[in-house]
Amino acid sequence: MTRLSADTTFTPPEFIRNFCIIAHIDHGKSTLADRMLQLTGVVEERAMRAQYLDRMDIERERGITIKAQNVRLPWRLGEQDHVLHLIDTPGHVDFTYEVSRALAACEGAILLVDAAQGIEAQTLANLYLALDKDLHVIPVLNKIDLPAAEPDKYAAELAHIIGCEPTDVLRVSAKTGEGVRELLDEVVRQVPPPVGEADAPARAMIFDSVYDTYRGVVTYIRVVDGKITPREKIRMMSTGATHELLEVGIISPEPKPTRGLGVGEVGYLITGVKDVRQSKVGDTVTSERKGADEPLPGYREPQPMVFSGLYPVDGSDYPVLRDALEKLQLNDAALTFEPETSVALGFGFRCGFLGLLHLEITRARLEREFDLDLISTAPNVVYEVYLEDGTEHIVTNPSDWPTGGKIAEVHEPVSKVTVIAPSEFIGAIMELCQGKRGQLLGMDYLSEERVELRYRLPLAEIIFDFFDALKSRTRGYASLDYEEAGQQTADLVKVDILLQGEPVDAFSAIVHKDAAYSYGNRMATKLRELIPRQQFEVPIQAAVGSRIIARETIRAIRKDVLAKCYGGDISRKRKLLEKQKEGKKRMKTVGRVEVPQEAFVAALSTESGTDKGDKGGKGKK
Amino acid sequence: MTIAVPPDQFALPESALRGLGTRPFGVYVHVPFCATRCGYCDFNTYTAGELGSGASPGSWLEGLRRELALAAEALGTPPAADTVFVGGGTPSLLGAEGLAAVLGAVRDAFGLAPGAEVTTESNPESTAPEFFAGIRAAGYTRVSLGMQSAAPHVLRVLDRVHTPGRPVRAAREARAAGFEHVNLDLIYGTPGERTEDLEASLAAVLDAGVDHVSAYALIVEEGTALARRVRRGELPAPDDDALAASYELVDRRLNEAGLRWYEVSNWASGPAARCRHNLGYWQGGDWWGAGPGAHGHVGGVRWWNVKHPARYAARLADGGLPVAGHEVLTEADRHLERVLLELRLAEGLPLGVLHDDGRRAAAEAAADGLLDPAARAAGRAVLTDRGRLLADAVVRRLAP
Ligand SMILES: Nc1nc2c(ncn2[C@@H]2O[C@H](COP(=O)(O)OP(=O)(O)OP(=O)(O)O)[C@@H](O)[C@H]2O)c(=O)[nH]1
Ligand SMILES: C[S@@+](CC[C@H](N)C(=O)[O-])C[C@H]1O[C@@H](n2cnc3c(N)ncnc32)[C@H](O)[C@@H]1O
Ligand code: SF4
Ligand SMILES: [Mg+2]
Repeated sequence: MTRLSADTTFTPPEFIRNFCIIAHIDHGKSTLADRMLQLTGVVEERAMRAQYLDRMDIERERGITIKAQNVRLPWRLGEQDHVLHLIDTPGHVDFTYEVSRALAACEGAILLVDAAQGIEAQTLANLYLALDKDLHVIPVLNKIDLPAAEPDKYAAELAHIIGCEPTDVLRVSAKTGEGVRELLDEVVRQVPPPVGEADAPARAMIFDSVYDTYRGVVTYIRVVDGKITPREKIRMMSTGATHELLEVGIISPEPKPTRGLGVGEVGYLITGVKDVRQSKVGDTVTSERKGADEPLPGYREPQPMVFSGLYPVDGSDYPVLRDALEKLQLNDAALTFEPETSVALGFGFRCGFLGLLHLEITRARLEREFDLDLISTAPNVVYEVYLEDGTEHIVTNPSDWPTGGKIAEVHEPVSKVTVIAPSEFIGAIMELCQGKRGQLLGMDYLSEERVELRYRLPLAEIIFDFFDALKSRTRGYASLDYEEAGQQTADLVKVDILLQGEPVDAFSAIVHKDAAYSYGNRMATKLRELIPRQQFEVPIQAAVGSRIIARETIRAIRKDVLAKCYGGDISRKRKLLEKQKEGKKRMKTVGRVEVPQEAFVAALSTESGTDKGDKGGKGKK
Repeated sequence: MTIAVPPDQFALPESALRGLGTRPFGVYVHVPFCATRCGYCDFNTYTAGELGSGASPGSWLEGLRRELALAAEALGTPPAADTVFVGGGTPSLLGAEGLAAVLGAVRDAFGLAPGAEVTTESNPESTAPEFFAGIRAAGYTRVSLGMQSAAPHVLRVLDRVHTPGRPVRAAREARAAGFEHVNLDLIYGTPGERTEDLEASLAAVLDAGVDHVSAYALIVEEGTALARRVRRGELPAPDDDALAASYELVDRRLNEAGLRWYEVSNWASGPAARCRHNLGYWQGGDWWGAGPGAHGHVGGVRWWNVKHPARYAARLADGGLPVAGHEVLTEADRHLERVLLELRLAEGLPLGVLHDDGRRAAAEAAADGLLDPAARAAGRAVLTDRGRLLADAVVRRLAP
C-alpha cells in the first residue's frame, strides 16, 4: 500500500488519474465538480459554495463557466490512495478551445449528460474532441433526481453514440451527490494512468496561462516527461526564452507551492513575467540545462471569428477603454483589438471575438469592471475580397470594403453546424437553414424521436439571430454547435445607410446580395422610428454602391416651443432649456443630423443571438 | 415691539439693487384662490376645500400688506411701480373691493408711477358690469380674461365652468366700463378640439373687439388630472403637428384682424396694447412678486415665495419675508435667459448679445428659414413664422 498525500507531489504515475468533465451547457459539470471537491475533502463544508470553480464574477452572475479550472484531489479506492487532477470545462461553443486545451492535459473524460435533456449539440462536439485525442470516455447521466429525468431512455441514446452498453452509463445527481462516490471510483478504475519517462529531459505542456494582478502570469502545466522543480531555470521551447522559477505549485483548490511536479502531474508555475504572451498556451516547457529537443505537439491558437467595433459613449473614455482591453487581453488570448475611427461614433476599437457570447461577456466585463458605457457595432465575420487588379483585401470592418476597383471574388468563412432536436422539427430546421444559404451535409437519428442534422452554413448567417430563430422554431428544444470549416466564394455586397446623403459608417453591413434589400429596408425603417424629427426633413437611404435600394423620410419637426404663460417663473423655463441642451450634448451629429446615443444602441442591437440569452437569470442559490 | 427675524432672512445684495429704478419696475400680486380646479392647471392655486383652516382670503390680504411693506424696506428706496399685475388663481373671486384693497396695498408700499399699467386677471364667470366699473374706479387700466375656447365640449374637457358666451360678454362689459385694454386668453389643442371649434373661438375673440389676445398650446402638465386622463388613455395627448397647424391658424386669423404677434404667444393691436408688465419679464426688468409662490427678480437675483397660503401667512406673521428660495444668476444663466426670452419677441434679440458660435448658428438658422434674413442684416435675430414654432430649438442653437 502506498500512502500518498495530495499535497505532496512526485506521486508515482500509476496512482495519478487526469480527467476532465465535458458536457453541453448547463448539464451540471461545475456542480458535479463541487461534489467532488466536497467528497475528497479539499473544500470544507463551511467554505463550500455552488459552482466553486466558477471564480470570475461574470461566471457567477451568469451561471456559466467561461474558463476551464483544474484542481488536485486525493481519492482512496479500497486501500490505495490516488491523486486525481480534475479539470472543469465550459460548455458554450464559444469556449470550445478551453475544452481542447483541457483534453490535452488528460487521459480520460467524464461525458456528462442531463438525464432530463439527453444528448445535445455540444455533448456530441465535445465527445468527438475527446475521442479525437484518444481519451477514455466515461458516460454519465446527471440530474437523476429531477422528476423529468428519463435515465433509461438517455442511457440507451448515449450507449448508441459511444458504442457501449446502456449499463456502462453511470447515473449521478450532482445536486444530491448520489452516485458521485461510485463515479470517482470508476475514474480510478477506468482512466488510464499517465505514461512518461521520469528520467528523460523535462517536458511539460502549457494548457493555460492567466494573468494575476498580484503574482503576474500564472502558467498551468501538465508534466509529460521528467520533472519541473523550482530550483531549475526553465526554457520555453517555441521562443527559447529562459526564466527563473519563482514558484511551482498545485491547485487544491487554492494554489499551494510544492517542491516540484513529476510525470503526469498537473500544476502551475510562476516566473515573474508580466505578459501571458510570453507563456503561450500549447508551448512546451523544458529545463534550461539538459533540456529536451523535441517539443510536445502543441495546438492551434484560437482565432477570432467575429468582429465588432467597441466605442465609448463618452469619447473621453477612449484611453480607459484601451487600458481595459489590454488588461482583459492578458487573460484572454482569443481577444484581439486595434484602434479604429468611425465618423459617427468617434474613436474606438475593432475587436475580434470567438463568438457572440464571447463578445457579450467581454463587453459586460468592460462595462462593469472598468465602469465604461459602450456602443458596439453589429458583429461581422472576416471577408477576403479579391479585386480584378489582383489585389487582396482582408475586411474585418465593413468600412474597409474596397470601393475603388472591380471585385473579382469574395471569400467568406463557412462553418459546420450540428443541430440536435426532436424529429418533429426537421422540416422547420431545414427551412431555416435553407433560408440562411445552408447546405445539408447529413442527418442521423440518435433515437426514434431525436435527430442530428449537419449543415454547412456561412458563419455570417449564424452569428446574428440564428440561434434565436432556431429556438423559436423548435420551441426551445434544439441545440446548436458549430465549428469553422474553411471558406467559400459568395455573392456579397456592402449596404450603406445614408442620412441626408451622408453615409453612417457604423450602420454599414456586408450581406448576401439577396438580403441587401431586406437589410436596407429594415435599417431605414428602424432609424426612422429611432431618430427624432429634426428642424429639416431627413431622408434615410440604403445604398449598394451608388444604387439606392430603400428609402424612408423623417419629416421635419414643426413645433418645438413652449407656449404657456409661466408668469415670472423664468427659472423654470431656463432649467427646462438647460435640460434640453444637456440632451443635445448626448447626441452624435452625422452631417447636420443629431442622432441620440440610444438610437445607435437600439439600431445596432441584434436581437441577440447567444444561446445564453434564454438562460436569463439562472440564479445561483 | 420686537420682531423675530428668521435666520434665513432673505436680503437682496447691494449689487442687485444698483440701478434699481432706472429699469422699469413692476409689482406682481398672486391671488392663490379658485372656485374649482381646472384639470389642466398646475398653477399655485387652491380651492376652499384645499386651503384648510390655516388660510383664507382675509389672512392672505393681511399677509400681502405686510409683504409689500417689507418689500419696500428690502429695496431701500423703492421705486414707484410702472406696472402692476394681479394674477392667479382667480383674482376676480376677491370682488371689486378686494381688488381695490390689493391695489391700495401696492400704492401704500410703492406708489404708482404716472401712466402706470394696472392689470388684473379675471375669470369670466366671476365678473359683472358692476365688478368692472368697481375696479376701473379703483385704478385698474387693463383686464385679462380666461376665455380658453368658445366650444362647449372643449370647455368641458378643460373643466371650465363659464358658459361659452360669457367671456365675450365680459370683455364687452369691461370695455363699456372704460377699459381700453382687454385681453382674452385662449388654449388651443385641447383633445377633441376641431379646426372649426378653433375657428369659432377666434371669431368670438374678434367679435369681442379686444386689443390683445394670448393663445397657448395646451400643455399636459405632470401631476394634473388631465395628465392622469391622458396616461389612462381616456384622452389623446395633443399632437405637435396639429398644434403647429392650430398656431398657424390663430396667427392668420388674428393678423387678418390687425392683431400682430409681439411675443410667441401674444398678439396686440398696436404697441400701446402690449402688456407692459409681461414685457418687463421678457426684457430683464425688475419686479417684486408678492403672494404665495410668486416669483420676483431684481438685478440678476431671482427669488420665489413659499407656496402654501398657510405657510405664507405664518412666515409673515413671524415678521420675515416669505421667501422659499433664491438664485443669483451667473453670467451664463443671464446669457441663456436673455436669448431665450428676447428671441421670443417680435423685436428679437440684438446679434451682438450672442457669442461667436451663436452668431454662426444664427447665420445657419437664417439659411434654414428660422430667422428673418432682413432683420439679421440689420443686426437682430428675429424669428420667422416657421421659426416661432421652433423657437426653443433656435434658442438651443443660438445659446449652445
Ligand atoms: N436538479 C439538479 N440540478 C442540477 C444538477 N446538477 C446541476 N444542476 C443545476 O443545473 C444548472 C447548471 O449547473 P452547472 O453546474 O453550472 O452546469 P455547467 O455544465 O457547469 O454549465 P456551463 O459551465 O455553463 O456549461 C444549475 O442550476 C445547477 O444547480 C443535478 O444533479 N440535479
Ligand atoms: C395664470 S393662468 C390663470 C388665469 C385664470 N385663472 C384663468 O384660468 O383664466 C393664465 C392662463 O394660462 C393658460 N394656461 C394655464 N394652464 C395651461 C396649460 N396647462 N396649458 C396651456 N395654457 C395654460 C390659460 O390660458 C390661462 O388663462
Ligand atoms: S381658474 Fe385659472 S388658475 Fe384657477 S384652476 Fe382654472 S386655470 Fe388654474
Ligand atoms: Mg460550469
